[in-house]
Amino acid sequence: MEQHSDTFLDNASAALGNTAQAERRDVIAAFAPLIRSAAVEGFTEFDALRQHVKRVRQHSLDHLEYYLGQFEHEAVHNGNHVHFARDGDELNSLVLDICQQHDARHVAKGKSMVTEETGLNDFLQRAGLEVMETDLGEYIIQQAGETPSHIVAPALHKSAGEIRELFQAKHKLGDRELPETVDLVSEARQVLREHFLKAEVGIIGANALIAENGYSMLVTNEGNGDLCANLPRVLIVCTTIDRVLPLAQDATAMLRLLVRSATGQSQTCYTSFYSGPRRESDVDGPIETHFVLLDNKRSEILDSDYREMLECIRCGACLNHCPIYSAVGGHAYGWVYTGPMGSILTPLLTSLEQSHALPNACTSCGRCAEVCPADIPLPDLLRDLRHEENSKKLSAPRWRLGLKLHSWLTRHPPLYHALTSIVIPVLHWFGRKHGNFERLPLAAGWTSQRNFPAPEGKTFMQQYKAQQKRREQGKHER
Amino acid sequence: MNERDREHSPPQRKKRVALFVTCLADLFRPSVAFASIKLLEQAGCEVTVPLRQTCCGQPAYNSGNYEDAVLQAQEVIQLLAGADYVVVPSGSCAGMISHHYPTLLDGEWRDRALELAAKTFELTVFLKDIAHIRPKRKKSPAKLPSVAYHDGCAGLRELQIKSQPRDLLRELSGVEVCELQQSEVCCGFGGTFCAKMPAISGKMVDDKLKDAVATGARILAGGDLGCLLNIAGRAERLGEDIEVRHIAELLSMQFDGPAIGKGK
Ligand code: SF4
Repeated sequence: MEQHSDTFLDNASAALGNTAQAERRDVIAAFAPLIRSAAVEGFTEFDALRQHVKRVRQHSLDHLEYYLGQFEHEAVHNGNHVHFARDGDELNSLVLDICQQHDARHVAKGKSMVTEETGLNDFLQRAGLEVMETDLGEYIIQQAGETPSHIVAPALHKSAGEIRELFQAKHKLGDRELPETVDLVSEARQVLREHFLKAEVGIIGANALIAENGYSMLVTNEGNGDLCANLPRVLIVCTTIDRVLPLAQDATAMLRLLVRSATGQSQTCYTSFYSGPRRESDVDGPIETHFVLLDNKRSEILDSDYREMLECIRCGACLNHCPIYSAVGGHAYGWVYTGPMGSILTPLLTSLEQSHALPNACTSCGRCAEVCPADIPLPDLLRDLRHEENSKKLSAPRWRLGLKLHSWLTRHPPLYHALTSIVIPVLHWFGRKHGNFERLPLAAGWTSQRNFPAPEGKTFMQQYKAQQKRREQGKHER
Repeated sequence: MNERDREHSPPQRKKRVALFVTCLADLFRPSVAFASIKLLEQAGCEVTVPLRQTCCGQPAYNSGNYEDAVLQAQEVIQLLAGADYVVVPSGSCAGMISHHYPTLLDGEWRDRALELAAKTFELTVFLKDIAHIRPKRKKSPAKLPSVAYHDGCAGLRELQIKSQPRDLLRELSGVEVCELQQSEVCCGFGGTFCAKMPAISGKMVDDKLKDAVATGARILAGGDLGCLLNIAGRAERLGEDIEVRHIAELLSMQFDGPAIGKGK
């Protein structure tokens, strides 16, 4: 997918300017945390399970090669083909090869952030295939020619009205007006049904790979994943190597955290396990099944200080609780992954040079880490990325040097106190009437949004030292 | 212990507290530091103010300049090593010292950071949970007008400060806090964030201000000057007349002077 993370600030300003969308984001920002906390509070084992799953994830990553080997062995034993792709291009070519081997013209796709990452749709379409997204949200943004704004709810930024207009423009509706939301859903279902039936290849993602039995697990609320997996002749599961877990029970334990954190449900409508191609006694199912397991820098991340990021289960809770994501929405981040997790993953999966604004889109408020079911210290990782940004001198020189000077001054207390005891009283004097400044040199960023409160008077240190002196003199005189 | 022994046992030694003023209180709001001293003395502590103090190093640290932040942390650790307790009238600076110094430093310095962390407290936590401050016997002269409280994020999540300021406002100043609807959402200050990403920060502080005004409270109090300068600055820009003050000012009943960002 094309990346626009380098213009984050401009993207953000544009997003803030779109008042209708901004208002809808406010509503969602107030609502999403409530449904999550209701689900989590009603499930007393949440914190214990969070620690348990964390240990399991750490263990799986510590022994990633072993469990991937076991998964491959079991999956092949079940009749699957297992492929490993080093990067996005490799995944795309592998998938295209499989499609071409089966003379496929039509692909039905379930929701998959991994294939967003590799730009699979464009790649297949350029090769002449018709690719249809079948998750309702993904379908909507595909029709609109947009990208996902949320990792769980890709069309979160669109109102029912906008979706209606979209369908009016793209579907042959005749005189049907689709007045209610449910009409919009059945309209999409109708269109998608036909596509499920004509697709020769189905492509889905996975929430987990289970090493002990070679299955993949997928949760959806629409059941479209199962239709993609069972109706076409060929099934391709695209996911990344870090999704592997040792046992089936690990996957279901993770699920209990994932679903509550993502949508506030205790379970999604569909939880499916895919074992492999149709067996002789089966009445339906694909005749050929593939796993394409993408690395795309995951191995590098595994060996880096950002390893914990691989424990992310893609629930989207950090997005829903991030005040910056809520303010600007997902598109401002300019790539596939958004919000706090995206501000870490984007620099790691693309480059810090292109995306170093993202780790700065953080006030270290810590709300994301508080809710993250994978217990990832997101603000710390974001700060570490700012450390890299600073070390590589990617940040604006005036900030870098200004802060350096400030730090140096604070380490020379006599000089610092001498300077502040001149500047602060002067600033106080100029601001004494109103108590604040509407504009101030060197504080343009601050004063673009708010007035600058004037200092109360002399610095505390000045006043305190004078007070101590008076006391000393008082003692002498007595 | 019999009566005789008791008579001769020395009176309990006062808690010796070093006040870490914070750079924002030093420069912008000295009354916060004076009010803190008064409250600590009221709680029976002996207060010193180490004179070579400046800043805890958050600006460098949060901007990713770990190298300079390490040097600042070492200065602060040396400066405060002798105190029994260190009290800080700011959740984010207290969190910097007690949570981030130990992760920032290694080896012997890390041990020293942990020692300092163990005796460093945010003001309201210290007053309520450690010093068990009691109201003055004389009835407080003026009753406070209605107060809303802004929870600073570092205090809330790194130090679990939630009940202490509310309890203290009730016990010492006789007011119940009016709660903000989105009390756990950041005000958009975030140190350099507010100047680096002003438009986003502006939207966040606007939401916070609206929330505070909607409580109907006359005063918005908080424990972190960063947040308070941010919110007060926005209130002045929009002409909202809610008063913004540090909780230390309210608890010590020293609030005749102008509120933050207000003229005389
Ligand atoms: S980082 Fe945590 S909260 Fe965010 S999507 Fe991943 S698991 Fe969920």
